Amino acid sequence: MNDSAGIQARSTMTLADICKILNAEVICGEDKLDEQVTTACGCDLMSDVLAFTLPGSILLTGLTNQQVVRTAEMLDLKAVIIVRNKRPDESMVELACSKGLPILLSPYPLYECCGMLFAAGLKGCNGSVHAKDESSQKIEPAKPGEMTCGAPGLGD
Amino acid sequence: MEVSNRAEGLKETYDVAGRDFSSAGAASSRIKRILQQIGVDQGIIRRIAVSSYEAEMNLVIHASNGGRITLDISPDAVTILVEDDGPGITDIKKAMQPGYSTASDEIREMGFGAGMGLPNMQSCADELEISSEPGVGTTLKMVFMNR
Repeated sequence: MNDSAGIQARSTMTLADICKILNAEVICGEDKLDEQVTTACGCDLMSDVLAFTLPGSILLTGLTNQQVVRTAEMLDLKAVIIVRNKRPDESMVELACSKGLPILLSPYPLYECCGMLFAAGLKGCNGSVHAKDESSQKIEPAKPGEMTCGAPGLGD
Repeated sequence: MEVSNRAEGLKETYDVAGRDFSSAGAASSRIKRILQQIGVDQGIIRRIAVSSYEAEMNLVIHASNGGRITLDISPDAVTILVEDDGPGITDIKKAMQPGYSTASDEIREMGFGAGMGLPNMQSCADELEISSEPGVGTTLKMVFMNR
């Protein structure tokens, strides 16, 4: 399966692949574009990100403050992608640069960005990831690139 | 600061300023760095960092006079003690429910107040004790076993 950017659907991709798919501009962390990414999360609520995002994921968000960088730092996130052509404020960029956190800007809205990456094979973060019992709170994950209609369990 | 002798333990306290959103997270960042320096397991570090950051944001958001976070490392466990003389929590049981929050719209616009703070800390920590008195303050103790 190929998407419009011509990237083969797969479960691991680099930040450079993600830039290409999302037509993104790199604000900082250009030296880390060859990092491999396996999961992503799209969210504007940092508390939910802290609760439900797998370490090493990328975060897609419309928020542009320093707390996004702090959240990424605590979770060892690989990059933050700011959607809808928003420009992050200077203090956010400064903090991200000091932490070596790549910041990417995409012109597309959150839903479209997530959809494009999902279709290209990038998985989501399913369930609670910090819980001591990792088997808890798991739901059947949707399969990237193979969604037919609606949420899993609703269409069949 | 050198943090090298794990066997002897380490204790540090950080002041957290209320309503200062530009430095919110600095204490947790420091805690994370110390734990990395002494070689604590990555998964445990992440649970501590997430919990400490949630607690730090709570101090910044709710306690106008701020508060203190104490990191206490012993060979067996890492303890995070969070104290403030803020407004206190009227109903702790409610506050532990996922989705319950008393944060203002202003806070929500910043990406917090999702009502996941305390539930998140509880799922991360091996032990969590919370005591609070309205009008007096809140004390939160989280223990993470080092295994």
